[in-house]
Amino acid sequence: MSKSNSPLNDFMNGIWKQNPIFKQVLGTCPTLAVTVSIVNGVAMGLATTFVLLFSSLIISMIKKLIPNQVRIAAYIVVIATFVTIVDIVMKAQFPDLSKALGPFIPLIVVNCIILGRAEAFASKNTVVRSGFDALGMGAGFTLALIVIGSIREILGSNKLFGFVVLPDTVEPMLIFILPAGAFLTLGILFGIANNYEQKKKDKEIQKAITAERSTKLVTAPASVQTETEEA
Amino acid sequence: MNNVTKMLVTLVVIGAISGGLLAKIFEWADPQIKANAQRETERAIFVVHPEGKKQEKLTGIPDELYKVMDDKGNLIGYAMPVKGNGFQGVIKMMMGVSPDLKKITGLTVLDQVETPGLGSEITKESFTDQFKKVDPTPAIVGKKGATETANDILTITGATISSKAVVKIMNLGLDELRKLKKEGKI
Repeated sequence: MSKSNSPLNDFMNGIWKQNPIFKQVLGTCPTLAVTVSIVNGVAMGLATTFVLLFSSLIISMIKKLIPNQVRIAAYIVVIATFVTIVDIVMKAQFPDLSKALGPFIPLIVVNCIILGRAEAFASKNTVVRSGFDALGMGAGFTLALIVIGSIREILGSNKLFGFVVLPDTVEPMLIFILPAGAFLTLGILFGIANNYEQKKKDKEIQKAITAERSTKLVTAPASVQTETEEA
Repeated sequence: MNNVTKMLVTLVVIGAISGGLLAKIFEWADPQIKANAQRETERAIFVVHPEGKKQEKLTGIPDELYKVMDDKGNLIGYAMPVKGNGFQGVIKMMMGVSPDLKKITGLTVLDQVETPGLGSEITKESFTDQFKKVDPTPAIVGKKGATETANDILTITGATISSKAVVKIMNLGLDELRKLKKEGKI
């Protein structure tokens, strides 16, 4: 924790230690809904990252000017502005993607990752740190969507990035495209992530215990000695 | 009091800046969004009328309807965007008919949110191509299992509601066209 203020650390925080999906369990609604294919997941992740980055930057810049009582309202206006920009630009430049993501782009406004980071991080930290935090959170979110999206696309439609990767003889498991498959995939991934963390924690505890034992063994005679000297 | 004024001023300033910014961006994007929609419609019109070369929107009628011509300018049919409720949401389609409204020249689904793998099969040609062979007068009928008359369409197994919704939307569209024809508007 000694170097917790470095920008790199702020960025890496979002990737794993505080991953918005697997650790904070924020923004699960778009996560479950749009991850039928990897392309959708990437697009959603990038759109959210864009909004997250710019709203975090702006909010950390103007945080001192906003009276405390209206801060949430002010944050939401800033966030909504960037979401609308994304929505309009996508409609103009990527109509197919915009159609596939449907109402989930406008709904980024209420994605709790963004307001959560604005309130928990950007409103308390410098512009540079907020920017890195936003990028890290966005990258973590995008990575999570890519993992879920690729699992669902491979199992549900035998494809990856729209290209067939499994032979026809493998019957696509339709359930993975349906909402139930989203819950199954996310649940199993939560389980794997928690299991990994638990194992790591157990190992650390074990290590601490052995370390303590060995130091005790070494220092015990010394302490005895000091005591006798004092006496 | 001072604090209240400060709150008001802050929100008004933030709102005004966002509003102005969005107006500028929308001004830039609007023509492109309209062009995309136009291109989408045009593409759909020529899908339902493969021989069509030119299209023209009919004016003076309440419906959105397109006249489709071949390269010599002869009328080869009409294309009409139709929509209605499916199993889970609205199904939007483009329907192509011959000038006498006796034959369906094509059908393409533009937008649907039916169940993937079941209801969404309505977008497949194996289903939509049936409409090219069907006799649409007096009305198309969706049948399970096997077709009996020339009016029948075979519904998709496991997606009867979605299939019948398509049939219903087509019939409503055809009725509308027949009404316009009777009134001499097309």
